[in-house]
Amino acid sequence: MMTQMVLRRIGIGFVTLLVVSLIVFMGTSILPGDVAQIILGQSATEETLAVLRAELGLDQPGYVRYFSWLGNMVSGDLGTSKAGGASISSLIDSRLGNTMKMAGLVALISIPFSVSLGLYAAMHPGTWLDRSVTFMTLSTISVPEFFIATLLVLILAVELHWLPSTAYLSGNESGVQLLKALAMPILTLVIVVSAQMIRMTRAGILNVMSSPYIEMAILKGVPRRRIILRHALLNAIGPIVNVIALNLAYLVSGVVIVETIFAYPGLAKLMIDGVQTRDLPLVQACAMIFCGTYVILILIADVASILANPRLRHPK
Amino acid sequence: MTEEIVNEMPKGEEIVAEIDKFDELPDAPPKRRIKLTWLGKLSVVIVVFWVVIAFIGPWIAPFHEMDIEGDDSFLDAYDNFYLGTDHLGRDTFSRILWGARMTIGISLAATLLAYCMGITLGIAAAVKGGWFDMIVSRLNDAVLALPSIMLGLIAIAAFGSSIPILITIAAIIYASSVFRIARALGQDIMVQDFVEAAKARGEGIWWIIRAEVLPNAAMPLATDFGLRLVFVVLFISSLSFLGLGVQPPQADWGSMVRENLQGLSYKSYAAIWPAFAIASFTIAINLIVDDVSAKSGGSLAKKMV
Repeated sequence: MMTQMVLRRIGIGFVTLLVVSLIVFMGTSILPGDVAQIILGQSATEETLAVLRAELGLDQPGYVRYFSWLGNMVSGDLGTSKAGGASISSLIDSRLGNTMKMAGLVALISIPFSVSLGLYAAMHPGTWLDRSVTFMTLSTISVPEFFIATLLVLILAVELHWLPSTAYLSGNESGVQLLKALAMPILTLVIVVSAQMIRMTRAGILNVMSSPYIEMAILKGVPRRRIILRHALLNAIGPIVNVIALNLAYLVSGVVIVETIFAYPGLAKLMIDGVQTRDLPLVQACAMIFCGTYVILILIADVASILANPRLRHPK
Repeated sequence: MTEEIVNEMPKGEEIVAEIDKFDELPDAPPKRRIKLTWLGKLSVVIVVFWVVIAFIGPWIAPFHEMDIEGDDSFLDAYDNFYLGTDHLGRDTFSRILWGARMTIGISLAATLLAYCMGITLGIAAAVKGGWFDMIVSRLNDAVLALPSIMLGLIAIAAFGSSIPILITIAAIIYASSVFRIARALGQDIMVQDFVEAAKARGEGIWWIIRAEVLPNAAMPLATDFGLRLVFVVLFISSLSFLGLGVQPPQADWGSMVRENLQGLSYKSYAAIWPAFAIASFTIAINLIVDDVSAKSGGSLAKKMV
């Protein structure tokens, strides 16, 4: 029964990915005028347009173009960029590594930090510490990412001169230089992602705390510390793994802002540049990578919560 | 009508007193009186302040949003430039007052449009069910399955950026969450006894929607409106910040932060003030919503997930 549910969820994940690809393709193909028109500009004659359209395969019906685009994308051929004609795979190649490096470091720092702080707040509900954590995290999720980034630049780079305000990488930095360059974007993202994660961890634990078996433990006289660590935490692991995967997915939108503000040479910066120059093949490829990652992380979150549910693991 | 009969009829106050008695019965419905904490009251003041500024901002601003009046760029406050000047030497204070109209106006328009679409489709899906519900729900799931900023980027890459397009994109993206809530509420209400009773009385479907479904869905939807508005403000100002939203020279809080970012290294606060404006508006709305939903049971933490 559980395997069935997991398989079914993975199946739905695949369908979602397909629909996402359809949205990305359609979103960037229902332009007034087409790519050939954009490349050649207003002065193009009908004949040159027709030739270029045939060359780009634009004379074929939409579904043919969609399937050949999808086929190419799956086999790793992402097409060529409109600006400069470089192959998109080579453009993305170096950028993707940079973004992954940053996201990985953010996850490494923010997960232990926020799970423990969320736990601590849940252990002492109503205290000044819990209330200030709640207020701080609510404030953080209510403000745009660039607000936090701007404040950090002002305090850490301009006033205190501790860190550089941009994260430009030349490619041959030493370890310390790299860390210093990455510190600001990582700090911003850690704050943004942790706020969500702390709130959700706290809510998850408090939710478990209101179940009957916890009430039983309280009535037995088990100390609160022990209840949380022995009874509540084990049952909250499922929801917490879910929270972690969801928040890594939230990183996707945080990364877009943070890479722009710190001029970090990552995939999101590449995509924003693509949107600004309306380089549609590039936008399509980047959007598919981001959306695909997002869908897969959400899928992991859902599978984790199925796996963590003992009722599903041991069917009657 | 004789005088005696008039005297026998209960007076207004007596009727109210009579109704109040029923309120104290154990099964009386809970009173929907919202009491705010001091933080909530302060938040209401802030939100009302910004909404008023959004309407009257251009008239009370000392300068026009596009006029270059200052002596130099990135100056600190002087004379009647209360917050200094921006990267072109325009008055930051005036631009914040003008920008309120743009940021709050666009977000409010987008949220209202999202609500119209979301509620209409959501209630329709709940009432009608069947294939209509199936199709709309699946389409909705697809929109919900993507990060909103990605959808925004794709749409702007395709259509370019203008204010009507920004409003439409934001409305479509956030209508999907409104749809989900409205549909769930609608389905809950449609199986209640009082709807069954109305059906048995022979009321038409429009009457049921207007008199039974909408009033009962109104309160939860109103709380959600605040949250949705915050998301839309963040979405629009993030796009503006990326240079893909409201285009210069028009003043918008998000694009003002972007334009003046370089000023930070000259210790100019021109980028900080509009960022504070956004933050004060969104935090205040969230605090109000948190206060209201704490009173009505559900905590904000659950809804933000």
